[in-house]
Amino acid sequence: MKVELRGITKRFPGVIANEDVNLSLNSGEVLALLGENGAGKSTLMNCLYGLYRPDEGEILINDQVVDFETPGDAMVAGIGMVHQHFMLVPVFTVAENLMLGNESVSGPLGVLNLDDARKRINDLSDKYNLPVDPDALVRDLPVGVEQRAEILKALYRDADCLILDEPTAVLTPDEIAELEKVIRELADSGKSIIFITHKLGEVMRIADQIVVLRHGKVVGRTTPEDTTELGLASMMVGRDIQLVVDKPEAEPGAPMLEVRDLSVLDDRDAVAVESLDFEIRAGEILAVAGVQGNGQTELVEAITGMRPALTGSIHLDGEDITSATPRELWTRDLGHIPEDRQADGLVEPFSVADNLVLNTYNWKPFAKGILRDSPEVRSHANQLVEDFDVRTASIDTHAGTLSGGNQQKVIVAREFTHSSRLLVAAQPTRGLDVGSIQYIHGRIVAERDSGAAVLIVSSELDEVLALADRVAVMYEGRFSGVLEGDEITRTRIGLLMAGRTVDSGDSSETDTPEPPTQDPSADGNAR
Amino acid sequence: MIDEDSPGMNPGLAEAASGEFPGEIENGNSRTPRWRKFLRSLKVPALAIFSALFLGGILIILTDTDVLWAWARFFNDPMRALSRSWEAVWDAYSALFVGAFGSLSAWSETLLRATPLTLAGLAVAFAFKASLFNIGANGQMILGAIFSAYIGFTFDITGWILVPLALAGGVLGGFLWGGIAGVLKATTGAHEVITTIMLNFIAAFLLAYFLTTDTFLPSGSANPISKNMLEQARLHRFISGERVDIGIFIAIAAVALVWWVLEKSTLGFQVKAVGLSPDAAKYSGMKVALIIALTLAAAGGLAGLAGATVVLGATGVLTGGVIGNLGFDAIAVALLGRSNPWGVLAAAILFGGLNAGAVNMQAETQIPVDIVIVIQALIILFVAAPDLVRAIYRIKKVDTEEAQSFTSSWGSS
Amino acid sequence: MTNIGANLPADEIQAPADGEIALEAEELHKAKRVGWIWIFVGVAIVWLFGFGSEAGVETTFNLSLESDLSITLPSRISCLAIGAIIVLLGIVQSIRPLPKRTIFTVLIVLMAVFAFLIWATRDSSFSMVGMLQSTLIRATPLALGALAGVLCERSGVVNIAIEGMMLFAAFLGSFAAAATGSLWIGFVVGVAGGAILAYGHAGLSVTYKVDQIISGTVINFFALGITSYLAAQILTKYPDLNRAGTFARIKIPVLGDIPFIGEILFDNNIYVYTAYFLLPFVTFMLFKSRWGLRVRSVGELPKAADTVGINVYRTRYISVILGGGAAGLAGSFLSLGSVGSFQQNMTAGRGFIALAAMILGRWNPMGALGAALLFGFAESLQSKLAIIGTPIPSEFLLMAPYIVTLFFVAGFGGRARPPAADGVPYEQG
Repeated sequence: MKVELRGITKRFPGVIANEDVNLSLNSGEVLALLGENGAGKSTLMNCLYGLYRPDEGEILINDQVVDFETPGDAMVAGIGMVHQHFMLVPVFTVAENLMLGNESVSGPLGVLNLDDARKRINDLSDKYNLPVDPDALVRDLPVGVEQRAEILKALYRDADCLILDEPTAVLTPDEIAELEKVIRELADSGKSIIFITHKLGEVMRIADQIVVLRHGKVVGRTTPEDTTELGLASMMVGRDIQLVVDKPEAEPGAPMLEVRDLSVLDDRDAVAVESLDFEIRAGEILAVAGVQGNGQTELVEAITGMRPALTGSIHLDGEDITSATPRELWTRDLGHIPEDRQADGLVEPFSVADNLVLNTYNWKPFAKGILRDSPEVRSHANQLVEDFDVRTASIDTHAGTLSGGNQQKVIVAREFTHSSRLLVAAQPTRGLDVGSIQYIHGRIVAERDSGAAVLIVSSELDEVLALADRVAVMYEGRFSGVLEGDEITRTRIGLLMAGRTVDSGDSSETDTPEPPTQDPSADGNAR
Repeated sequence: MIDEDSPGMNPGLAEAASGEFPGEIENGNSRTPRWRKFLRSLKVPALAIFSALFLGGILIILTDTDVLWAWARFFNDPMRALSRSWEAVWDAYSALFVGAFGSLSAWSETLLRATPLTLAGLAVAFAFKASLFNIGANGQMILGAIFSAYIGFTFDITGWILVPLALAGGVLGGFLWGGIAGVLKATTGAHEVITTIMLNFIAAFLLAYFLTTDTFLPSGSANPISKNMLEQARLHRFISGERVDIGIFIAIAAVALVWWVLEKSTLGFQVKAVGLSPDAAKYSGMKVALIIALTLAAAGGLAGLAGATVVLGATGVLTGGVIGNLGFDAIAVALLGRSNPWGVLAAAILFGGLNAGAVNMQAETQIPVDIVIVIQALIILFVAAPDLVRAIYRIKKVDTEEAQSFTSSWGSS
Repeated sequence: MTNIGANLPADEIQAPADGEIALEAEELHKAKRVGWIWIFVGVAIVWLFGFGSEAGVETTFNLSLESDLSITLPSRISCLAIGAIIVLLGIVQSIRPLPKRTIFTVLIVLMAVFAFLIWATRDSSFSMVGMLQSTLIRATPLALGALAGVLCERSGVVNIAIEGMMLFAAFLGSFAAAATGSLWIGFVVGVAGGAILAYGHAGLSVTYKVDQIISGTVINFFALGITSYLAAQILTKYPDLNRAGTFARIKIPVLGDIPFIGEILFDNNIYVYTAYFLLPFVTFMLFKSRWGLRVRSVGELPKAADTVGINVYRTRYISVILGGGAAGLAGSFLSLGSVGSFQQNMTAGRGFIALAAMILGRWNPMGALGAALLFGFAESLQSKLAIIGTPIPSEFLLMAPYIVTLFFVAGFGGRARPPAADGVPYEQG
């Protein structure tokens, strides 16, 4: 199926999400839509899928202008979308999910014909090599199979054009490799495929043509043959991708954080972190890299007292903090920048001033007994807003109205107010502008230099490379390797992220097997 | 944009039900003086009350046969139809107003009714601050009434001790009843709306049971009416010949206390943080489960105090219907007062006035008192759906008034 | 590694393995614990009811109002036998758990209640048929009200306004029937009355995104106010307008002649028969039809429904309005099926009981029917026993179903899982 977008412009109050975007692909082609978070990729595809209506421009299917009012219209026209967050009802079976909205029924009452659905699903499964049990409940499926069901859901609706929105974000390297194979097969069978991603390696491997978006505009069109990952990266960010942090050599002291045999369960009671052993010395930054969902979140939550440890111990400067509450940890000088700053880091409807004392509100001088002392809170806030360069109209402004960067500065200011012995920062700069990133990186390094042990968890390879004194790569709940000094290279981290072991020393560079999966070093979607 | 499903807690409720919409009070960056902001915050409630009275007026016209006859002859004498309509509504509302605020004894009746409404309204409003929907004020009031009545007719000691003791008993009864819902919510995630509804029923049956026991009934009686409170247990009536008692001062003191807790204390800071963002509260080390349990228990305590003021004040005895629907009226009061303690007081006085005035209205115009329930329903409707009010009056949405995105669910926990 | 899911991250490989074993062990443990509870119940029956009944005393149950059909049981021996059977089942369960535990649990509850009745009414006769008839009559509006709740909440709209919808329908149905002289018009108007308020609820909560609990509160208030006002203003002035009368009972030929069962089940009014039809029918439609699949998808994950072209708002509106119609049936049953006139606040909290029945029935119409029967049974048992007089205060009998619901909601003895998007407003793209 031939799909063409001409001059698509979509505006939201205050932002232009897409501006005059043109693209076109033929059947059997894979088009990679590349761009950073917020570049407007998803908005564009939502226009194509009928979830939004473009303010200007037109969509052509097989050279016919179409107008989609709802996703239903798009589906009828043969467009299917696999959403980043799966659109499968957990308590329904695969068959029920796949037929939803497109049910085969019998009788005047519209009784579902599940046999028919099962048969179609099995046929599709065989045809495209996407095995799945039609009668399994979706909530029981592993994530990779769930995604297969999502793809089948689009095929079930006879989609000729498949839109895949960041399909690899939740997959392991092997699953990614398998998905790439499926995509290739689908394309070979004549489907046209649009593949949204910000990972360069994938793009280079599977795309026929590449369209790069930045700030809602197309900033480049190319093919894997005509470009390199570096070329794509600079197109994506529009500047030199290296992120330089002015970072003096680390002067590590005594071990500050010691983690021994730590195992942690996730929300589904599966083992997410498995007998982990490591330590961080004072004045040292340990960065934990890895594909999302390999236990990083649970590790951080265990250390910061948000989640109980299943086995093992955690010591801070010799004191056992394994079962300490967040409040106790705070009194022991732990600073924590949570992963989800809006949900976990701030009470958005609270003022900046109140957010700055969110964990010290009942301490002197901010409270006397149970009476809060507002003048103290306010002068404290004024001081921090100035020190940390928080751009806010006033300290009484709601934190929720600040920009992402300034919100993060509020959290950093709060957590860095008193000298930390241990600083834990999860994805500290996700989604921030360059200025804020550099500022926050600088602050983190300063914190290290004042003697704190720092644990950074980041899925941004550039951030890891810029900040880390040592890098631990997490894979399936364990460290697949810990790198130090000169060992820290993109290639090595990439291999470790894919779960391969790297011998220390140079040999690793030579005996590296050709990775069948993406080279995650390409993950440097960097800034 | 399609919003994420966010089951579990309902932070929207705290915002939505509160007067402190983002930008309205806390957002101090605007240079508007306080009094103007205060006036602006009155706009929606005032229009809601006006609209409700207007629609109530239409209802009066539609159900008055004389007026309808006048309308039937509209083309003969249009002025007559209009004037008769106007008269019917005017008579009703002026009787309502006079009965509510027109004299000392009107004020007495109004404040008497406002007392439990204020306290129970606070019980609902305080829970709103933690994003909890306390639909169980009724049951908590009943428990408070049982506890305090028992103390009030049993211990023949000086009033200086007995009254505080009986009031404290009321607080304790409500505290325990609210605490059950609170502990269930905190430990098992059971939605407080469902548990408090169940607890309302259980409380009502418990009361019915106690009113069959010898402990509560006067000897020899099988009537479900308890012994009289001891004379010294009754709340002091400070205007001779009028029924209003010192309960109203207790209510005002409770308003001040709740305001102080919410605005000035670290406890209130935690309650609000839990209500607005339970995750951030947890991350910053607050004991979210404890705060939830405590908030519902404290709300129950306030409702229990409300129940105590009823049996120690107005009625002096415990009966099966002593609390009636007050706990549900309290929801209306809390919504109209926008969960602000002083707003609750004002709303309670308004509702107390409506209830008191309705009696006078029925006496003078034969319009049934029940019309005030309709008016109350319409008031909450307009307060809860300000978009309706804005649509009706073509008010432009000022950005200082937050869009109402209520969310509240007992969807998966 | 032939397919995407073959190689899973650690948590996924191990979780199901570890988790399943752990789960099975826990399941087994739980099953055995249930066995111990049964044994305890059995022993309690033997002790309290068996030895609590004097030897030689008999209990007579009347099984028919029309004939002298009855059975007479020796009180003590019967209770001892029932207790012994339950103990036996408990022993089996604690050693090797029985399949279909739910059925056995229901059976044991029924046996326990039976033993209680034998004991409580020993040395006298007790109208079993009367009690079961009144159970059914009391349960019908509750089950229909719960059906209203199920329809709303399965589509993701919380409905605590069942009470208000019922009350409004009770008034309108009665008024229309009295004004036109036709009970059937009253029937239809009653259903429409519930649907009208439901339309308001849908408008407020779906379109205006008012908090659904607040919207429900508004509707309850409004219904109470308007019906009380109109009743006082109109019905007291024109009492003729409040003489609607009731639907006559229709005895179904053949079936109605079956002794005992026929008298209870097949000699009822149109509302009961409507409930017989609607509850299984809606259950079937909800879980087997296209309509039901769509309604449930909207209540579980509206975004998924939206992305496959299902109109979330319209689906919710329709479900809520249908639910209102069911509440209308429940409400007009009270005036046209039972009392024959309208009385102020005549629902008296039944809408909230229906809500509890819906929860206890796990958002399933047939489950709600079961729960409604439980509530109805408790009420009718209470009223019968209040006459006979038992050592247990009747208020506690009435309280029992609410306590059961409370425990259930808290997750003791079964998990209540509401639709995932229940109460969450949806913003259509």
